[in-house]
Amino acid sequence: MSQSIRTYALFALVALLIIGTGLLQGWDLALVILNMGLVSAIMSLGVNLQWGIAGLFNVGVMGFVALGGMAVVLASVDPVAEAWAAGGARAILALVLGAATIVATVLAWKKTKNRWLTAAILIAGFVIYRMVRDPGVDAIEAVNPAGTGFLGGLGLPVVIGWMVGGLLAAGAAWIIGKTALGLRSDYLAIATLGISEIIIAIMKNEEWLTRGVKNVTGLPRPVPDAIDLQNDPGFVERAANLGFDPTAASTLYIKIGYGLMFAAVLIILLVLAQLALNSPWGRMMRAIRDNETSARAMGKDVTFRHLQVFILGSAICGIAGAMMTTLDGQLIPTSYQPLRYTFLIWVMVIVGGSGNNLGAVLGGFLIWFLWVQVEVLGPGFMTWITGALPDDSGLKAHLLDSVQHMRLLTMGVILLLVLRFSPRGLLPER
Amino acid sequence: MDFLNAIVALSNFVIIPAMAYGSQLALGALGVTLIYGILRFSNFAHGDTMAFGTMVVILFTWLFQSWGISLGPLPTALLAIPFGIAGTAALVLITDRGIYRFYRGQKAKPVVFVIVSIGVMFIYNGLTRFILGADDQRFADGERFIINAREFKQMTGLDEGLGIKTTQGLTVVTAIIVVALLFWFLNRTRTGKSMRAYSDNEDLALLSGINPERVVMVTWLIVAALITVAGTLYGLDKSYKPFTYFQLLLPIFASAIVGGLGSPLGAIAGGFVIAFSEVAITYAWKKVLVYLMPEALEPSGLVQLMATEYKFAVSFMILVVVLLFKPTGLFKGKSV
Repeated sequence: MSQSIRTYALFALVALLIIGTGLLQGWDLALVILNMGLVSAIMSLGVNLQWGIAGLFNVGVMGFVALGGMAVVLASVDPVAEAWAAGGARAILALVLGAATIVATVLAWKKTKNRWLTAAILIAGFVIYRMVRDPGVDAIEAVNPAGTGFLGGLGLPVVIGWMVGGLLAAGAAWIIGKTALGLRSDYLAIATLGISEIIIAIMKNEEWLTRGVKNVTGLPRPVPDAIDLQNDPGFVERAANLGFDPTAASTLYIKIGYGLMFAAVLIILLVLAQLALNSPWGRMMRAIRDNETSARAMGKDVTFRHLQVFILGSAICGIAGAMMTTLDGQLIPTSYQPLRYTFLIWVMVIVGGSGNNLGAVLGGFLIWFLWVQVEVLGPGFMTWITGALPDDSGLKAHLLDSVQHMRLLTMGVILLLVLRFSPRGLLPER
Repeated sequence: MDFLNAIVALSNFVIIPAMAYGSQLALGALGVTLIYGILRFSNFAHGDTMAFGTMVVILFTWLFQSWGISLGPLPTALLAIPFGIAGTAALVLITDRGIYRFYRGQKAKPVVFVIVSIGVMFIYNGLTRFILGADDQRFADGERFIINAREFKQMTGLDEGLGIKTTQGLTVVTAIIVVALLFWFLNRTRTGKSMRAYSDNEDLALLSGINPERVVMVTWLIVAALITVAGTLYGLDKSYKPFTYFQLLLPIFASAIVGGLGSPLGAIAGGFVIAFSEVAITYAWKKVLVYLMPEALEPSGLVQLMATEYKFAVSFMILVVVLLFKPTGLFKGKSV
């Protein structure tokens, strides 16, 4: 009973924090925190599935989040017909050839165990792949490089892009899981960390696919456009009746629209995750986590179950990543940093309570709130602390300058404090 | 003549940079492997410890430069390294006292230590950026080259120049000295032997009266020294940026794992394997091949297997290949 009181109390606290932000610092900031908090909660739900329920140490969250973002571009941006005509077929053929090479190499090794044959197939395949790919890619990137220079997407509704994000992340997770899940936990951690860096490198480098460091901006939105709303007399009148000016009302309207959509996704995923956790499947996963050997002895296929949960958790991270990119309206490959998109999510799960879905969601909101507020309130706090120092002191200027780095320090301290004094998190697993 | 030119070009662009980079990785990987062997966890804060140590070295270098102290042709940073090591040692010992010791007392699982080290990583990361900021810092001074490419051309009459930067020579020499000292310490001294004993079999070592806290403390001291030297050399050779140091975590871990976690010799071998493959795969081979191939077969493209941005992919692929075929690494490492 006390656990459920605790749950209600902590969620009420989060609601209070967000509402308080709205009252004291403006509803715009409160909605920014709420929307990204919803996305963060979904990400930590995915990590909780892998770590909290199955005990898989995945530190490649950033890679799946970025894949989700890429999926939005690939699914919802309008296709660039000229680029497709210039080299689209070649690029696709090259991808198919590349995949075929890898499959052939793996098959050759499994069937013959002949090193030289396997290496020969790999090298020949790679050379052919580069010969097919390079002219096509050059042609695509030459088409209007300042404006497009990439293939574009399929022009589907952006919400379908979220599902594509999940699928893309799931596909990547399948490949990674096949190779890396057999490894020990330390090796799995390094492997996933490496793969996430590779995914980011691909997104930065393959301009024909994602425009690379030139970024894709102006992604389609699932909500009305702010300018359209401000020009709609009906909307302006309703806003005026509620006492808002049209500009403020339109941004609030859009943010609330996002918030409702994200909340719907979070609730669906949370209900599914809770059902899974309390089902025989969930009990089996926890049995595998707690004692792999005895679970294996009971006839459970541990390798397959690990792969399954790894794919599911990664797909959730992919969906969240797609939603985040939609919210931003742009894909910026250089903005993906492991501290923010991998390790911060881990802090959310550990602080919230690994193994408890509600805990992970709570951690997502709470840590995201702090992450934003440390930056917003940090400068004021630092001015207050350094108030005693003379105005011309170099130390004061330096401290005020570097206040933005406070948030990393804060997150580390919070993680260590929770690990020390409440190692099972704020909402422990039952 | 063409053959000589090819060899010179190869040394200039592949062998020498990879030797320097390999030495830096080897020093970093030795730290990872020692922590893994003695404290039995993968330290995610390693890259940020390196950034912190280098930061202390940079601050002292600037101080010495402002006092007008210099080493002539050698970088002033060499003088600052002992102070950097002292600063890093203080930091890691405080961290160990305040944080890791509690979990040792609880006999926590290795994965708990890893998560704790993520928290420590955040703190070090914030600390370094708080003190020095997140930007690029330059602190190299002294003579830039041992052999200048232009002088080399004049001296030998070859078309290709061979340039060896002071920092590259310094890196290799320092790495050899540090590694020799480390192996002497581990194999010849009483404390070193007790460390190896503790790493091989903890219970037996405790029964023989080895003080675990002392072993752990010495390990942290050695790690602080290794990591500060590695970070300073890397910063002198390339440039110092906290985020780059964080990213070095991946090749350093790959080196340690490829060599076999817990094996010092393996860490060194792993460092060079990773460095040479990274440089060789991301290098545009055209320059070398032009000299070696008959004119008709000369390559038209750059013959670059992968763009430089994919260097992480290289360390990773080697890691996966080695793990698939030799799960304990090249030199038999531990498997906990």
